[in-house]
Amino acid sequence: MSEQISVEIFDHLVDLAALELNAKQADYLRRQLNNQLASVRELEAVPLDEDIPISLHGVPYEVENSSAPREDEWIPCLDSKAILAQAPQVEDQYIVVPDIPHTTLK
Amino acid sequence: MDLCDLSALELSRLLGEKKTSAVEILESSLRRIGEVDGRPGSLNAGEITPNDRSRVHAMITLTEDLALEQAREVDRKLAAGEKVGPLAGVPFTVKDIFCVKDTPSTAGSRILANFVAPYTATPVERMVAAGALMIGKVNLDEFTYGSSTESSAFQPSTRNPWDTSRVPGGSSGGSTASVAAYEVPLSLGTDTAGSIRQPAAFCGVVGVKPTYGRVSRYGLIAFASSLDCPGPVSRTVTDAASMLQVIAGPDSHDATAATTPVSDYLSNLEMGVRGMRIGLSPDYFRITFPDGQGGFKEQELPAEIEKAVRHAADVLASMGAEIVEDVPMPNTRYGIPAYFVISRVEAASNLHRYDGVKYGLRTTQNYTDLKSMYKLTRNEGFGLQPKLRILMGMYVSAAQYSEQYYKRALRVRTLIRRDFEAAFDPAGNYRLDALLTPTTPTTAFEMDAVYGDSVLMQYADQLTVPANHAGVPGISLPGGLDSAQLPIGIQLLGADYSEDKLFRVARAYEMATESEDWRKVKPKVLR
Repeated sequence: MSEQISVEIFDHLVDLAALELNAKQADYLRRQLNNQLASVRELEAVPLDEDIPISLHGVPYEVENSSAPREDEWIPCLDSKAILAQAPQVEDQYIVVPDIPHTTLK
Repeated sequence: MDLCDLSALELSRLLGEKKTSAVEILESSLRRIGEVDGRPGSLNAGEITPNDRSRVHAMITLTEDLALEQAREVDRKLAAGEKVGPLAGVPFTVKDIFCVKDTPSTAGSRILANFVAPYTATPVERMVAAGALMIGKVNLDEFTYGSSTESSAFQPSTRNPWDTSRVPGGSSGGSTASVAAYEVPLSLGTDTAGSIRQPAAFCGVVGVKPTYGRVSRYGLIAFASSLDCPGPVSRTVTDAASMLQVIAGPDSHDATAATTPVSDYLSNLEMGVRGMRIGLSPDYFRITFPDGQGGFKEQELPAEIEKAVRHAADVLASMGAEIVEDVPMPNTRYGIPAYFVISRVEAASNLHRYDGVKYGLRTTQNYTDLKSMYKLTRNEGFGLQPKLRILMGMYVSAAQYSEQYYKRALRVRTLIRRDFEAAFDPAGNYRLDALLTPTTPTTAFEMDAVYGDSVLMQYADQLTVPANHAGVPGISLPGGLDSAQLPIGIQLLGADYSEDKLFRVARAYEMATESEDWRKVKPKVLR
């Protein structure tokens, strides 16, 4: 079976996904990805006429079964301390993060 | 017979007649948990002992203080002659994928192990408002990613009460095992590809995947947002209908919760099936499995499972239903391949939020900057299954592959939906009220037998996932035992918002088979 996801593609995905894997994990995950793609390739056999649209969800959302969009209103958080208490690092009501590296967008 | 052996309906009756109290019911459930559940799932569980192998391990967090407070309030109201809700005094468990205020809400993942939810999910809130007693949060596959509950970071993972060397199914394995072991009569699960129905089949209980949008997802930690459906697990059809009645309906916190009026699931429950049209499809009697060489092979459904489905059709026919054979559902076999794409894209998107900044785990290792903190945190916090889903989701939705994979899968999803529309169309050739199918391609498999093979594991959901793509409702109910004395599940699928019809068919089957021998057999942990 050909490997669609090469080591190079895989390493790129791992970086984009903000993951860091050891060699054993990387080997397992890349193998599983390629196995899954073998299943996905079954879709290539499905005859799809040009006019078949995509379905983002199964049940249609019509006016009759959907809520109207909410007004865009500011609602104060009643217990901001409980929310901030979940953050790993907080100072003076601010969530603290490490330095953000400078990146030049291509 | 203990109180915890009774159904929610029976408990409500006893409570209404003042023959017991909510506190006594709760104590009975807690005793049962003490007898059969074993140690709760935890991170760093150490070695799995022979004693662990004989227990159920449904629980992650027991919330007995909260449940006691709720039970005392029910008893106070009853004593004062105040009105109580329809599920007053009924204990239930919650899959640990729902946020419950001031309660650890872990998703079975190390990355959320320290997360205490600041708000409560709508379905849980509605259960509590109806008087039900939340007794604990139960185990699941990590972020619901699996079909055996083995991928939880909280070990020992749940075992099947019918045979503790077998998996309970998943991802709602803790929910179905807690109900099957008579710890509670009700549990709240979620179903994205079959995660309520498949473990319900493996554990011999009733599991309902409502129509997408029938039950609010507010407070549900998201997996695949276009597929996730919260739903009931119970031992009887009536209890499942009562629970759905409580949790269904629109919610201002969830724009995808449908405003379609909720049917009355209980009034017509025992009206029988005379005149109803129930379909059988050959496409649900053939199954597909990986052939081990990178390909896939079709094979017949195991004979015992097919026999159970055909027996159910005979039972329903004898009660006046019209059985419609040979209903074509030709795109059933593409359910899993399409799911590998769609669910992964949505999962990858949903998992970007776990970054060690706002809540959950942040690595304690040294990091130099934000990106290295992200990487170390996510590497420590996520198990293999979330990592696999993130990587797959990113690959198939990348600009250069999106047309080939993601868009194609979404168009195949349209075809799957059309299969159901044709089957249920009131003006069509088949005009079905329900499609009767097997729930799973096998009965419960051995622990460790499949885990690790992500493709084989995913194919455990091949008969349940089409309903998730299509958004239609489904129910799995016990349909017998195989030669190894393991439960067989049968499935009923219906048109959008036709849960009332599915409950009616399911209840008719349940009543007609009440005296069959297999119904007298209890799970091994209770024998």
